[in-house]
Amino acid sequence: MTATFVGMPRFPVAAKAALADTQLRRNLAHATATIRDKRARVVAEVDNWEELRLAGAAIKDAALFSLDTQLVLLEERLTAAGATVRWARDAAEACAIVAEVAQAHDIDEVVKVKSMVTLEIGLNEALEAEGIAAWETDLAELIVQLGDDLPSHILVPAIHRNRAEIREIFQRRMTGAEGITDEPAALAGAARTHLREKFLNARMAVSGANFAVAETGTLVVVESEGNGRMCLTLPEVLVSVVGIEKVVPTWEDLDVFLRLLPRSATGERMNPYTSTWTGVTPRDGPQEVVVVLLDNGRTRALADQVGRQALRCIRCSACLNSCPVYERVGGHAYGSVYPGPIGAILNPLLKGVGTDPQVDSLPYASSLCGACFEVCPVRIDIPSVLVDLRAQVVDAHRARRWGGIPSTQTVAMKGAAVTFGSGRRLGLAERFARLGTGVASRFGASGWTSARDLPRAPRESFRAWWRRTDGGRS
Amino acid sequence: MTSHTQGARDEILGKVRSALSGTAPTARPPIPHGSAPDDVVALFAERVADYRAVVERCTERQLPPRLKAALPEGRVVVPAGLSVQVPDAVVDDGLTAAELDACAAVVTDATVGIAETGTIVLDHGPGQGRRAITLVPDVHVCIVRTDQVVADVPDAMPRLDPTRPLTWISGPSATSDIELDRVEGVHGPRTLHVLLVG
Amino acid sequence: MVTCINDALFPDTGRAVVTLLRRLGVEVDFPEAQTCCGQPMVNTGYLDEAVPPLRSFVKAFDGYDAIVTPSGSCAGSARHQHGIVAQRHFQRSGDPALVAAVERTAPRTYELSEFLVDVLEVTDVGAYFPHRVTYHPTCHSLRMLGVGDRPVRLLQAVRGLDLVELPRAEECCGFGGTFAVKNADTSVAMVSDKARHVRETGAEVLVAGDNSCLMNIGGALTRQRAGVRVMHLAEILASTEQRTAAS
Repeated sequence: MTATFVGMPRFPVAAKAALADTQLRRNLAHATATIRDKRARVVAEVDNWEELRLAGAAIKDAALFSLDTQLVLLEERLTAAGATVRWARDAAEACAIVAEVAQAHDIDEVVKVKSMVTLEIGLNEALEAEGIAAWETDLAELIVQLGDDLPSHILVPAIHRNRAEIREIFQRRMTGAEGITDEPAALAGAARTHLREKFLNARMAVSGANFAVAETGTLVVVESEGNGRMCLTLPEVLVSVVGIEKVVPTWEDLDVFLRLLPRSATGERMNPYTSTWTGVTPRDGPQEVVVVLLDNGRTRALADQVGRQALRCIRCSACLNSCPVYERVGGHAYGSVYPGPIGAILNPLLKGVGTDPQVDSLPYASSLCGACFEVCPVRIDIPSVLVDLRAQVVDAHRARRWGGIPSTQTVAMKGAAVTFGSGRRLGLAERFARLGTGVASRFGASGWTSARDLPRAPRESFRAWWRRTDGGRS
Repeated sequence: MTSHTQGARDEILGKVRSALSGTAPTARPPIPHGSAPDDVVALFAERVADYRAVVERCTERQLPPRLKAALPEGRVVVPAGLSVQVPDAVVDDGLTAAELDACAAVVTDATVGIAETGTIVLDHGPGQGRRAITLVPDVHVCIVRTDQVVADVPDAMPRLDPTRPLTWISGPSATSDIELDRVEGVHGPRTLHVLLVG
Repeated sequence: MVTCINDALFPDTGRAVVTLLRRLGVEVDFPEAQTCCGQPMVNTGYLDEAVPPLRSFVKAFDGYDAIVTPSGSCAGSARHQHGIVAQRHFQRSGDPALVAAVERTAPRTYELSEFLVDVLEVTDVGAYFPHRVTYHPTCHSLRMLGVGDRPVRLLQAVRGLDLVELPRAEECCGFGGTFAVKNADTSVAMVSDKARHVRETGAEVLVAGDNSCLMNIGGALTRQRAGVRVMHLAEILASTEQRTAAS
């Protein structure tokens, strides 16, 4: 993949470009409306959905609040079951471990299960630099990879592409696909043929994991197409990169997430295939199993008392599909493999604020409408985390600009703080400055007035009316 | 474990502990159960069929002819220990991926059926075989006994042994990756044929 | 609490609230120390700057039985954000007075429809408004406060009013406070769709419980010369055969 998120502009700039792409707007509106309806239907079938959400949140919290113990237990059980456990502080360490395993077996080609964490760490590019080819096998990831494109959705990375565009990519990059139609079934069939030989001959696979059960050492992959099963079953060597937040304490806990995730993600009662495996099974599947436990900013997020709830995320994408901002601008504008409302909090939490203007722009990429929180299966209060992160962004800049020149926004906010400090001062301000339009113009009203009129200020404020008429009595 | 990864391990666990300092462990509510359906087996059949799998109910005596009718032309592979005889089938003894790819169909038993979600779980023990045999052939005929069907996912968990590899199957291989339009048939078996016996 | 936006830009809404509540037998006061709930600062990340308006808020309202406001957003701010601002102020200054005051004011703060339906226990407020109306449930009323169908029940009891359903009613209009200027292009895309849905209903009037959202949608509607008026819920509920709402 040649495309990269590195150097992406701030959200408002990237969003403006995306909004101008009418084809993209149509593709996104169609796809998100479809998935929202599907989700709503299957969630309505479950009479105790709210109880399940509460249980999902509580289990994840229990795991996170005892994460050190859970990780040590997971490592012990995995090792006892024949797996090798490796730890990686950051992306570079994780990529190096995967490359090292491949090189130890003289392997120069790996097949990949769709995995957010390997996108996060840039594994494909790192392997390529070591002369190892990584083949994405999920249909949407394949579309992205063959199109030299970037993923724009957690669950459906090619959501920004319609069938005609996908057909064009396949015709260009797949041998034997010249005469293909744009029917989704035909396109899926072409992917089957294209990857069949790769699966049957692959010696090593790389996966992530949706869940890791500490008490049993079991890893779980939830998928649809069977590409995951191919990768987890046919090769000799399997490396799974697992973020440390993926832990759930017990086998029974898995039940709650297998009920929450498919309905929230694809709007199905259950996804076609879920695989669970515990280390090495003699004569069945890979006989060398390596598990890489990855931090890469997760401990930073865990230390954030408001933001740590983001680590409950099970990557279902319901927040993306329900977000009015995401629906209009798509995923690329967020400049990360984690787009949408969860990306707007997860990226600043993993990377920290105050250094990268792109990251600092993400907490503001929301109207705080709350639709994301409403659909989140593990009850992540995204609006509250966004507001808290905005304060962190302001505080970081406040500290840095100390003694320097404050931004116009800071001047406006400080001015408002003074004005709003007393009713008398506000009354004066209203009389002299027509405050409402004044505040708007101070923030730069041109953005507002490009497509909206501003209200005309009334002859008399409410405050002045109340005083003049003795509260309307005279 | 290399010393490199040992250093990473200690540092990560240390950071986790410092991130959690002063945090009290949280209480956990009991795992909620849904209301049980009236006819678990009928619901299972309906929900499996919803995924565009073929579902047939039959008696133990009707099973052999139904099985014969369900199988396509070509080579059929079965695991050791299958609960019924399949004439002319190859019993898997470690066939290669390419050999499995040359098989038209596979017949297996199952471990659990889940009504609410229309799911079959295989634990790859006797009668079910290693994971590859139910993956590579294009037709999977799966025999589920009515006494194996439970109401919902929480009822299935205690019947499953997490130390075994498990495959949860809900319909044939499918994708929603193109315009979120679900189509059946990608890399796994494109036909799932369930014979519900009892 | 009349709210700063209503005070400066939409005084008719404040007057309608006074008229309506007095008609229902409530003793109404407007403590002049009130300014702003502080939400614009909090939602932009300026928590320290939210302290002066919060001080004014508790100074103005501490001691009243109920604090009623014609804004779901400002009620949400009082109930959910004031505690956060006060706690942070306590941690930084060691002064617990603001925390204690917020503990008294936050639970007494009601959005107008909540106060009417839950406290006064009325849905028929004796209003008359013979027009075709569609209702936009604003995000903070709907999801932060959970006002549910209270505004709709109030509107359904208005004589002469023809309430028509708004397509995708629960989707945000794109206002979001400073979002509308910081991410103006996205905000405009959202409000354009909202205005289109409003026009599709054929309603004469769009009603909502928040003038900030109405200012946004109304700004787009007038720019598009859609011929749809926007009105705050309070103004419709204050209308009677004798007293028609200012238009």
